[in-house]
Amino acid sequence: MIDLENVTKAYSTGNHALNGVSLHIDKGEFVFIVGDSGSGKSTLIKLLLKELEPTSGTIKVNGINLNKMKQRSVPKYRRKIGVVFQDFRLLKDRNVYENIAFAQRVVITPTKNIRKNVPAMLSLVGLAEKYKSYPKQLSGGEQQRVALARALVNKPNILLADEPTGNLDPKNSKEIMKLLETINERGTTVVVVTHNQEIVDQMKKRVIAMHRGVIISDERKAGYIQHAN
Amino acid sequence: MTSEKLGTYNMRISTIGYCLKQGLKNIWRNKMFSLASIATMSICIFLFGLFFCVVQNFRYMVEEVESGVSVSVFFDEEVSYDQAAMDEIGEKIRAREEVEEAKFVSAEETWESYKYIYFAEAPQLADGFANDNPLAKQAHYEIYLKDVEGQSTLVEYLESMEGIRRVNKSVEVAEILTSFNLLVGYVSVAIIILLLCVSVFLISNTVTIGIAVRKEEIAIMKLIGATNSFVKAPFVVEGLLIGIIGAAIPLSLLYLLYTKLVGYMGGQFDNLTGLVQFLPIDAMFRTLLPVGLALGVGIGFFGSYLTIRKHLRV
Repeated sequence: MIDLENVTKAYSTGNHALNGVSLHIDKGEFVFIVGDSGSGKSTLIKLLLKELEPTSGTIKVNGINLNKMKQRSVPKYRRKIGVVFQDFRLLKDRNVYENIAFAQRVVITPTKNIRKNVPAMLSLVGLAEKYKSYPKQLSGGEQQRVALARALVNKPNILLADEPTGNLDPKNSKEIMKLLETINERGTTVVVVTHNQEIVDQMKKRVIAMHRGVIISDERKAGYIQHAN
Repeated sequence: MTSEKLGTYNMRISTIGYCLKQGLKNIWRNKMFSLASIATMSICIFLFGLFFCVVQNFRYMVEEVESGVSVSVFFDEEVSYDQAAMDEIGEKIRAREEVEEAKFVSAEETWESYKYIYFAEAPQLADGFANDNPLAKQAHYEIYLKDVEGQSTLVEYLESMEGIRRVNKSVEVAEILTSFNLLVGYVSVAIIILLLCVSVFLISNTVTIGIAVRKEEIAIMKLIGATNSFVKAPFVVEGLLIGIIGAAIPLSLLYLLYTKLVGYMGGQFDNLTGLVQFLPIDAMFRTLLPVGLALGVGIGFFGSYLTIRKHLRV
C-alpha cells in the first residue's frame, strides 16, 4: 500500500529532513510514526501527499509511483488519501455540515449524494446533532471529529493524521484514537504521526520511530520508543 | 439518457451552481474591494461609453456633412454650348470610384438659383436679363463624394481632363474633417487602452486580495484533491460578475442620459436640427450595448484569470 525505498529529502539549506528512509505499510495497517520535532515525520507526510518531491529514492502509494506522477494527476491521487492535522484546518465561516460537504463538492459529488453521505459521516464521528454549529462553537475534540469526518467522507483507502491529538486533552485524545481505530477496523489504512507517548503505549500498534531523518526502530504491537539522543 | 450520463450532467450543474455561489460569496466577503472594483469599472465603461457616443455622433455628423461636400466642374467655353461633349465628360466623372453622384446643372438652372439668392429682394431687376442669360457659360456638374478623403485625387483627375475650365472645391472643409476624424480616432483608442489597463489592474487587485483571504481554504481544497479548474473557477466567476455589473450600471445610465440629452437638444435647439444630427438611440445602443458588455466580461475574465495564474500555482 505505502512503499518508500531509500528516500532522501534535502532542503535547499542543505538540511536532510529524511535520509535514506525505506519502509513498507500494508493495506489495513494502523501505524504510528513517532519522534521529536525535526525527526522528519511531517516531511514524510508531505511527501506522501505529494506536497514535496523527494531528492532521491522512490515512493509508491496504492501501487502508483509518485515520482513519475504528472502534476495534473495529483488531485485525483489525493482523493484516495484522507488527511487530518493538529490544528484541524476547518473553514471557520461554514458550519459543520458545510465543512464536510465541502470535501465532497471539491470532488464534484452530486448534491443528492452529499445529502446522504454527510449525515452518515456525522453519525460515525458522533456529531449528528451538531451539524448546524460553527467551528468556534465546538470543543477541540469536536473540531477534530469534524476534520476526521471531512477526511473520510470521500472514502479514502489511506488516512494520514499529523499530530491529531496535539491540541486535545487526554480524554478527547483517547476518543479520537478510538475513532481512528474504528475507521481502521472498517478497512482504511491509518498512519498517525504523533509524539503522544501515552496514546501510543495504550494502542499497542506498529510503531516506527524516527530521529534526525532516519528510522531508528520499527516494531509491531510496541509502545513509544525512547531513542537515544 | 443513461443514468450514468444523467449523473454526470447533474454533477456539472451542481458544480456550476457551487462555483457561482462561491463567486458571489467572494464578492460579498470582500465587499469594499468588490465595490471599489465595480465603481471604477463602471466609471471606466461609462467614460468609454461617453466617448463612444461622442465619436459615433461625430462620425454620423461627418457623414452627413460629407454627403453635402461637393466639387463643381465648369467647362471650357466651346464645350459649354455642346451638350453631347458635357454628357461625355459627365459619364467619365460618374465612372470614378470616389464619386457618389454627379448632377448636371444647366446654365438656365444656375441662373435660376442665382436669381433666387441675389435678386430675392428685387425680382424685377432680374427680369432685365430674361433673354440674355449672363451665366450662359456656367453650366456645370455638382459632384458629391463618397468620402471626403477622396477629394484631392478626384480634383487632380478633373483638372487634367480636356474641356474643363475650372474646378471649385472645398479643400479646407474636407481636410479639416479628415484630420479631425483621425484625431478623434487616435484619442479614443488611447483613452480606451488606458481605461482597459486601469480596469484590469483593479480587478486583478480585488482577486489578489480574494486569494489572500482564502489562502487557507485554497490550501485545504488542494489537499482534499480539488482540480485546478475547481479552485480557479470561483475567482473567474468573481471577476466575470464584477465585469458584468460594472458594465450594466454605466450602460443603463448612458441609455437614460442619451435619451434625455437627445430629447432635450431636439426640444431646445430646433433651429440646430438641420446642422446637428444625433444618432438615434437604437442605432447607438445596437453597437454600444454588446461592445460595452463584451468589454466588461472581457476585462473581468482576463483580469481574474491572469491574476489566478500568477498567484495560484495549483
